[in-house]
Amino acid sequence: MTPKIEVTDLVKSFEGKIVLRDVDLEVAPHEVVCLIGSSGSGKSTLLKCINLLIPIDEGDILVDGVSITDPMVNPNAIRQKMGIVFQAFNLFPHMTVRQNITLSPMRVHGISKREADERARELLERFGLADKIDEYPDRLSGGQQQRVAIMRALATTPELMLFDEVTSALDPELVAEVLNVIRGLKEEGMTMIIATHEMGFARDVADKVCFLDGGVFLETGAPAEIFGDPKEARTKQFLQRIIDAGRL
Amino acid sequence: MTTPPDDIRGPSLWTSMRRPRRHREAGARAAIIAAFSTVIVGGLILWWVLSSEAWPEVQQQFFNPDHFVASWPLVLDGFWLNIQMFAVAEVLILVVALVMAMIRALRGPAFFPLRALVIGFIDLIRGIPIILLILLLGFGVPALQLTGVPNSRLFWGVAALVISYSAYTAEVYRAGIESVHESQRMAGRSLGLTQVQSLRYVTVPQAIRNVIPALLNGFVSLQKDVALVFVLGAREAVREAQIYVASTFNYTPYVVAAVLFIVASVPVARFTDWYTERVRRRRQSVGGV
Repeated sequence: MTPKIEVTDLVKSFEGKIVLRDVDLEVAPHEVVCLIGSSGSGKSTLLKCINLLIPIDEGDILVDGVSITDPMVNPNAIRQKMGIVFQAFNLFPHMTVRQNITLSPMRVHGISKREADERARELLERFGLADKIDEYPDRLSGGQQQRVAIMRALATTPELMLFDEVTSALDPELVAEVLNVIRGLKEEGMTMIIATHEMGFARDVADKVCFLDGGVFLETGAPAEIFGDPKEARTKQFLQRIIDAGRL
Repeated sequence: MTTPPDDIRGPSLWTSMRRPRRHREAGARAAIIAAFSTVIVGGLILWWVLSSEAWPEVQQQFFNPDHFVASWPLVLDGFWLNIQMFAVAEVLILVVALVMAMIRALRGPAFFPLRALVIGFIDLIRGIPIILLILLLGFGVPALQLTGVPNSRLFWGVAALVISYSAYTAEVYRAGIESVHESQRMAGRSLGLTQVQSLRYVTVPQAIRNVIPALLNGFVSLQKDVALVFVLGAREAVREAQIYVASTFNYTPYVVAAVLFIVASVPVARFTDWYTERVRRRRQSVGGV
């Protein structure tokens, strides 16, 4: 079966500093991959590269077997296949929840306002935020904002979801409500790449865990292998620090 | 970023915060003191001016009641043209400048020629004194006797104002666009919006909100600069006053014109302050979002 996403020998540097070095990654349809590793290890950069938000230096990224890094490829067509959710929510503050969610369906996918509204309402009801439909983002809690950001991405009916440390900016008691949304997506069979610091969550939800260190994929494997029996010294060290911090 | 708890709703903090009684009394006392000292200072200045030796002569030349009444309708009539020019020019400036700023914000090598064109235009126009541009277009273009374009000096005078002010205003918009965080653009692009859509729906609406005080400042400036077209002979307020002065050698009509300009500009200045204050309060009440 063609992988949903295939990253080969990807290199990315910012002003001479290499952030990602020879990264290879394969994500099968309906697979959930968690990227773990300390801040600055390149998790976010990889997700943004896949979403074509930042250009890559070398290597290739294939979606459904088709290269998306070719300059002749229309990045907007690629992005329509995937949704990305950011650490800082990045909701549009001048728009209501409804407008945030319906913007792309209406403007990019050409769906009528009525249909887009209907879909927004369905999503909000499914995730228990129907009463917030006409609120502005600054009247919502962080957890609610992040859930709306996920719905905004889902409203474009993506085949792949990218999550960039979506709970890192949240108060601890709001983390669960966001993670539960992602668990729900897994049950529906969504293909996902999740950069996260929530190790317990990664162990639960991932089919495959990748440990990044200094821009390199140091270790990749099933959650049980990575968390239970890590091979690399750096992985052990990283996990030990997480355990010491009481986060695993 | 701070995240408000679930129960925060409505215009929080600020409106619910009542001043205690003691503060209100202190406020009233402060107002009385301010009024009292204003009367004293104002009175002293007035006494000093009116009692000066030159005052009767000054009053005769600049504040002559007869000339004031006689020139008022003429200057007011001319001022109507100022207002019309201002209204037309301002609308055009806001649109043209926004288009230029948006072009300048487009990224990617394909848009390089467009960006370069806009940057070159802005540099060029901002380098030319506005009065020179008015003379150049206002006298120059009609003299060409071109077919298919208006040959009115007034038209080209206003066009010069629009061109000049658009260059400055484009830079105001640009500052606004740059003040919107990069992550907003990324969020827009990640949803599949094109560059132009992302500007149109995501960046620009936020940018405009951020620069409204600066735009209003430009309003006030333009309100007075429309008077510059008097050099083309347009019979606006300053020109009417000048005609009156030329026949009477009394300068009161200039004061009449000044009064009209001031009356028109003060409300915009007050509105700017009010708006800026409102935005500041709203920002505080939502905790820095």
